[in-house]
Amino acid sequence: MRLVQGNEAVVLGALAGGCNFYAGYPITPATEIMEQMARVLPARGGVFIQMEDELAALGAVIGAAWGGMRAMTATSGPGFSLMQEHIGYAAMTQTPCVIVDSQRVGPSTGQPTMPAQGDVMQARWGSHGDRPAIVVTASSVKDAYQMTQLSFEWADTYRLPVIVLLDAVLSHMRENVELPPAPPPFSRTLSPDVDVEKPFGNHPFVPFAETTRTIVTGLAHDETGATRGTVGHASEKIIRDAFNRLNHDYAAITQYREYRLEDAAWAVVSYGITARAARAAVDILRGEGMRVGLLELISLWPFPEPTVQSLARQVQGILMPELNLGQLILPLRAAVEGICPVAGLGRADGELFTPEEIANAMTSHSTHAERRVSHHA
Amino acid sequence: MPKMGEDLHQYLRQQMMPTVWCPGCGHGNIARAIATALEHLGTDLGQVAILGGIGCSGRTPFYFNTNAMHTTHGRVLAFATGLKLANPRLTVITAMGDGDALAIGAGHFIHAARRNIDLTVILYNNSIYGMTGGQQAPTTPFNFRSTTSPFGNIEPTFDTVDLALAAGATYVARTTTFDFAEMPEYILGAIRHPGFAVVEILSQCPTYFGRLNKLGDPPDMLEYERNHTIVADEESVISRDELLGNLPVGVFRQEIRPEYTHQYADLCQARGGAYRA
Repeated sequence: MRLVQGNEAVVLGALAGGCNFYAGYPITPATEIMEQMARVLPARGGVFIQMEDELAALGAVIGAAWGGMRAMTATSGPGFSLMQEHIGYAAMTQTPCVIVDSQRVGPSTGQPTMPAQGDVMQARWGSHGDRPAIVVTASSVKDAYQMTQLSFEWADTYRLPVIVLLDAVLSHMRENVELPPAPPPFSRTLSPDVDVEKPFGNHPFVPFAETTRTIVTGLAHDETGATRGTVGHASEKIIRDAFNRLNHDYAAITQYREYRLEDAAWAVVSYGITARAARAAVDILRGEGMRVGLLELISLWPFPEPTVQSLARQVQGILMPELNLGQLILPLRAAVEGICPVAGLGRADGELFTPEEIANAMTSHSTHAERRVSHHA
Repeated sequence: MPKMGEDLHQYLRQQMMPTVWCPGCGHGNIARAIATALEHLGTDLGQVAILGGIGCSGRTPFYFNTNAMHTTHGRVLAFATGLKLANPRLTVITAMGDGDALAIGAGHFIHAARRNIDLTVILYNNSIYGMTGGQQAPTTPFNFRSTTSPFGNIEPTFDTVDLALAAGATYVARTTTFDFAEMPEYILGAIRHPGFAVVEILSQCPTYFGRLNKLGDPPDMLEYERNHTIVADEESVISRDELLGNLPVGVFRQEIRPEYTHQYADLCQARGGAYRA
């Protein structure tokens, strides 16, 4: 058991996930991830490089992935915005990689040292065109470790960039955790029976090797990588198949945590650092006799529609507090429309919610929702 | 000087032919020179990766029978840096256009040069944006026309050689598609050079640059290249008058300095890590 910082947990989780390549660019509040990678990777024979900007960082990560490494970068909002071009490239080329975004207040330079959750939609939709996405978050140092580790596995399995969203507070706070020692450095072994003629589509990731003659391109292509002929259809099929793989494994990918929901008549749905205050708010309200519980979302995308729908059928109303002016509430509302009323609570001033603020909002929401019900009755 | 390849087909990815390049475009000549250089290099093609950016030059990777990446506009050197570090034994060659390398990708270009990482840049300079239809590039000469400088370019140009030298590239050469023998020689020199190597090749774009500036047919443009360049490398002594209006061509630098993957390997070794350049 020792005190571990959120950003340090990302590094340890990455090593546990086999990360052996890091390229980055300094940015608050993610910088400690890069600083620690610079310290630990050389001794493990891994690669660390500081690039000239965030576009270059993710470009190097993608190049390294095709060179056979498990690669990641980490950044914050302004850098994450720059990375969108290469997030799209990684998606189009089915390149496994992990991107950590420690969220700070935006837009633009915003408040570099203050927490936010304003990138939850950008993480899903920031790059042009359609792509499947896995986006996860964390509310504790232990979560940061586990979700980063898991992200490397998913990146490989589903061949896409997996995005881990932290925030300025989680990145910098320390908690007592018990973490296993880092495993030996990862080395990729190639299965001899892979079809090197078809490097894309529903095939496992095969990096460049002596025996491959792969063309990796951001242009629309078929499963051989060819860009000629009727590739529009073939390219759409590759993307649809990638969506289908996530749909098929939806239950395994979807991560959430339930708190005092068994008999709940009301629910807070929250995620990331905000879920910690939400949990305390639930305790306050329970103390006042309100039957309320918390659904903490850990994976944000694919958005857990069935999970929130089943919750909505159980409760009379849902409150979603988030450190933005109303982002993840949009898919939540869309999912539970007509089942139960949803209220949002947002702030983007760089402060965290207090449990009392969330409790008050929940009380207010329940009062309004009940009034609305009795009015209709 | 390398002889012309007898049969270069084995280096080319036949199913991607014909190329996207216009009839008379100089880029095909450069591709042939790359194939010739590969033939003389003799390295197994499984140990070579060719990467390109976006634009006419960026299509180069499609045409070679190697592992290949067609990356994003201007940023091929970032991908190449990651790939080279992941597998330092790989021969990594990048094809960039003038807009690709010197406008949108200028930041990546100078930093890759500064690191002196063992990559080869073949910079296809046709003085214009060809793929998008003839817009002004950082290399469009003063007063020359493009679709976005219809009344003549009023901006000074970047000199690739000066920029590469200043940024720290350790092999720097320039030639033209007219110089059919020098092209593969310089490309081979760049590939063999253990450091960041830049070969700028002035290439004709008859479709846009030639037409917009009334430079005639492709043979006229090759003549133009010949008449506006002068061998003026470090071994030649050229007077200021001789140079006036002409672009110097030749090998401008070829020197050994610490190379990035080797520097990194040394660092790892000092820390007990097993990374090998």
